[in-house]
Amino acid sequence: MEKSTKNLINKNKVSWLSMVKKDFIKNKALYLIILPMLIYYAIFHYGPMYGALIAFKDYTPRLGVLGSPWVGFKHFVNFFSAPSFFSLLSNTITISLTMLVVEFPAAIILALLMNELKSQGFSKVVQNISYMPHFISLVVVCGMVKSFSMDTGVITNLLSLFGAPKENLLLNPSFFVPIYVGSGIWQEIGWNSIIYLAALTGVNPSLYEAASIDGAGKLKQLWHVTLPGILPTIIIMLIMRMGGILNVGYEKIILLYNDVVMDTADVISTYVYRKGLLEQSWSFSTAVNMFNSVINLMFLVATNIISKKLSDTSLW
Amino acid sequence: MKIKESLSWRIFNVFNICFMLLLCFIMIYPFWYVICASFSNGDLLLGHSKALFAPIGFTTDAYIGIFKNPMIMQGYINTLIIVVGGVAVNMIITTMGAYTLSRKDVYWNKLIMKLVTITMFFNGGLIPSYLLISRTLGLNNSFLAVILPLAVSTYNLIVLKTSFSQVPESLVESALLEGAGHFRVMAQVVVPLSKSILAVILLYYTVDRWNSWFNASIYLKDRALYPLQLILREILIQNDVGAMSDPTATDQYALSETIKYATIVVATVPILIVYPFVQKFFTKGVMIGAVKE
Repeated sequence: MEKSTKNLINKNKVSWLSMVKKDFIKNKALYLIILPMLIYYAIFHYGPMYGALIAFKDYTPRLGVLGSPWVGFKHFVNFFSAPSFFSLLSNTITISLTMLVVEFPAAIILALLMNELKSQGFSKVVQNISYMPHFISLVVVCGMVKSFSMDTGVITNLLSLFGAPKENLLLNPSFFVPIYVGSGIWQEIGWNSIIYLAALTGVNPSLYEAASIDGAGKLKQLWHVTLPGILPTIIIMLIMRMGGILNVGYEKIILLYNDVVMDTADVISTYVYRKGLLEQSWSFSTAVNMFNSVINLMFLVATNIISKKLSDTSLW
Repeated sequence: MKIKESLSWRIFNVFNICFMLLLCFIMIYPFWYVICASFSNGDLLLGHSKALFAPIGFTTDAYIGIFKNPMIMQGYINTLIIVVGGVAVNMIITTMGAYTLSRKDVYWNKLIMKLVTITMFFNGGLIPSYLLISRTLGLNNSFLAVILPLAVSTYNLIVLKTSFSQVPESLVESALLEGAGHFRVMAQVVVPLSKSILAVILLYYTVDRWNSWFNASIYLKDRALYPLQLILREILIQNDVGAMSDPTATDQYALSETIKYATIVVATVPILIVYPFVQKFFTKGVMIGAVKE
């Protein structure tokens, strides 16, 4: 009995090996073609994952990743007990949630409105104009934001009509999040709406006919036909978003912030950037980054599980 | 009942169209403002606090200032090198990877796809990448530090793989039977049949390369290597007058304002000129990505 099991395992092993070998001989050319890509991912994606070990070490370049001494969770504990920990966390969550609550539905609403336009030509023109800012570089967008929100800028002048102070808005901590979110919407709303427009074209037109025969008005059709039709797309996009709940990118904030608005503008990723690249606390910075990634991953997995339970839509 | 609804529906449509017109205005006006400001007289512009619909005190001083600035010209050249070299690397590696991944009956493809997809959600982080590129590979002050780390965009790879696998299997099979190798099948059968999606990917990569600045800012310390976006950052964000025009020029402040706007125009015009011709391709990539999901 024991012998035969062993034989079976051996046999499986042999057949697996010979299968792999056969596959390799047959597909040699294909593996050669994909090799540069594999090398790229190994070096530039999996290399840094290995390098992230330094989060648990006191890294010095002289000793290298392996040679540096282990220090366990020291850097994580240091981060949790740092005075700026709670403000970093709350700033990150504030910006991220504001984006989620404002920017995320805005793209959906825009797609719904565009979908109601009767003239195809007009709709196309509006769409193309709304995508345009997506292709402008962040440096230019932030440069425009900076100029427009100076004490003499267009945005400042416009807001002062509604009673806002006539001052450099980027030097006022309470304006940072609105400026960040507002410019983000300006740049990405059109682009983000494409995916919903694509989903809207997939809604079966006969459903609308059936609904209107049943006496459903436009609003009811929206609620009972259109929204359920694009719900899977919305949910997938939402899951992806939740996976990046703590991912407030550093690039834009680095371009926009300054010492005066640190209280509201400094987020985890910019902290990682400053600690790591400007102050060269490599291990500490990597630990902060890792904390960030782990929280993101937890949110991603949790949203995916919830969505699977509630709606049968999931990423995996 | 019926009539009432169609009336409210008509009102909604009018509002909707007005809203769309307002949206277009909001999307276009900042660019129009920048263009007008760049052709304006600096002193008049600083004193002007209302909306701007045409240049005030038309002058091309700002543009003359820019073309006299060697840093901006050098930045343009550096950006061109990075875009051309970088996009070539992008296209070659992504196309080759996507070709193999799109073939059936390749045993390791499943695992490779998993490992590739993981990198969309998980990465080692800023510092480990920095240490790898700058210390282990020693790529400081080399364009390779900007080009290689972004050699493949996983999103583009998946889009390309999806459309490659839609090429009819029979075409590939018959080419292979006639004795063509995989490399030739890729170059002479699959690539020509996927021209439009390759154009999309090419555009995505080109825009990304043109606009990217962060990696350049951490790896390129030598100012002679700065791409355009870094020069722009100095001028627009850090208000570095020295970078703006040659230091011998006088009455800086007012002119520096208009030079800022002129620099934005010069750096954005290539994209704005190309945009109308290629916009129909841009959205196609998103559509394929959406179908995939």
